[in-house]
Amino acid sequence: MEIPAIVGAGLVVIGVGIGIGRIGGSAMDAIARQPEATNKIQTAMLIAAALIEGIGFAALFAV
Amino acid sequence: MSTKKNIYFCTKFRIVNRQVIMQFTRALFFLAVLVLIQPVFLTASGHAEHASDSTESTQVANQEPAQEGMSMKQEIKAHIQHHLQDGHDFHLYTDTETNTHVGFPLLVILLDDGIQVFSSSRFHHGESVAESNGNFYALHHGKVYKTDAAGTFEMHDGHVHNEKPLDFSITKNVFSIMAFALILILLFTGAARSYKKSLVPSGSARFLEPLIIFVRDEIAIPNIGEKHYKRFMSYLLTVFFFIWLVNLFGLTPLGINVTNSISVTFALAVMTFVITQFSGKKEYWKHIFWMPGVPVPMKILLAPIELLGVFIKPFALLIRLYANITAGHIVLMSLIGLMFIFHSWIGSTLSFGLSVFISFIELLVAALQAYIFTMLTALYFGSAVAEHEDH
Repeated sequence: MEIPAIVGAGLVVIGVGIGIGRIGGSAMDAIARQPEATNKIQTAMLIAAALIEGIGFAALFAV
Repeated sequence: MSTKKNIYFCTKFRIVNRQVIMQFTRALFFLAVLVLIQPVFLTASGHAEHASDSTESTQVANQEPAQEGMSMKQEIKAHIQHHLQDGHDFHLYTDTETNTHVGFPLLVILLDDGIQVFSSSRFHHGESVAESNGNFYALHHGKVYKTDAAGTFEMHDGHVHNEKPLDFSITKNVFSIMAFALILILLFTGAARSYKKSLVPSGSARFLEPLIIFVRDEIAIPNIGEKHYKRFMSYLLTVFFFIWLVNLFGLTPLGINVTNSISVTFALAVMTFVITQFSGKKEYWKHIFWMPGVPVPMKILLAPIELLGVFIKPFALLIRLYANITAGHIVLMSLIGLMFIFHSWIGSTLSFGLSVFISFIELLVAALQAYIFTMLTALYFGSAVAEHEDH
């Protein structure tokens, strides 16, 4: 039985979701610990999330 | 005395502040109205006649299947696909009952037997064959093909094998880019002129100044550094405002979606790539081919990967912008389409509410994608001009 490509894309998207969720959660923790560093944390969070997001789109467009 | 002064300043500040807030709310209200109008436009079915000359064209022999025969789902799918494509005319809406199109034509420029220039109204939205200097052209899925007078396509397993002339047409996207470039030039020269009169911003500068300072202080300086950032500010500001404006106008009912086209994001990424490589200093190239502080076998192993990374970075940049905007449009249009599929009071109301909600999310995404594109561009520039004294 052949597994359709969309299943693989779904798995990748789950991974991307976990990754971005962890980044967001950690950023929340960091901001709660150091509210004065909010701007720096947000910038780093957005960059990391954007990089991971790229992998998700690559998977979706490969289908 | 001092308390009096304070009170005076306070009230004055409050008045100014209220004015700014009023302007801001007015702008927000305007945007909200535009977004809210979108679903209405998509369902609108006016009876406007499309004025165009039908003297020089004949009917295409193999037309697309008649729209009446399509199910609702297929029709919505076709509509979404049409929306995502670049077109040879501005197409606002179609009345399927009377088969009238509302929009306006653009210029078609083909490089085939010399230059062929004619108005896209001759295509009749892909239903007719256009004749120009004895050559015949027809549209198939928004692309121009060379055909005979009857407009027959040589179809082999679902693909058209007709000859394709080089297409330099002013398409919807090309037209929009030109229009946005003009808008940006007017806005920014106006803003620059206002600073010559006085340092207090007036006109468009009042709105643009905080955004320009945001790009400078939050994007350029932290990523590139105080020493070199000025050289790159013009490019960063252009990219930021262009992407933002284009994304915002993609949400209006005009049906413009410039960043939906991979060619546009490709061009933007190529510009970033070229500027990064040409401003790359000795340290930048050293860190790619012979990075310091790494054992020699590791250097040989890492150099190809680093070289690949040089090309992957702008590639990720172009895919990210393209995919985000395309995905947003597909989700939004699918939710609007759900209203017609549910066809019930409760389901349609729910999907209407959801589509309004997603529209507001898209407003955020429009700005966020412009921010991320500019931010990563600045990051790459920063890595190109960085000087590592600490090694």
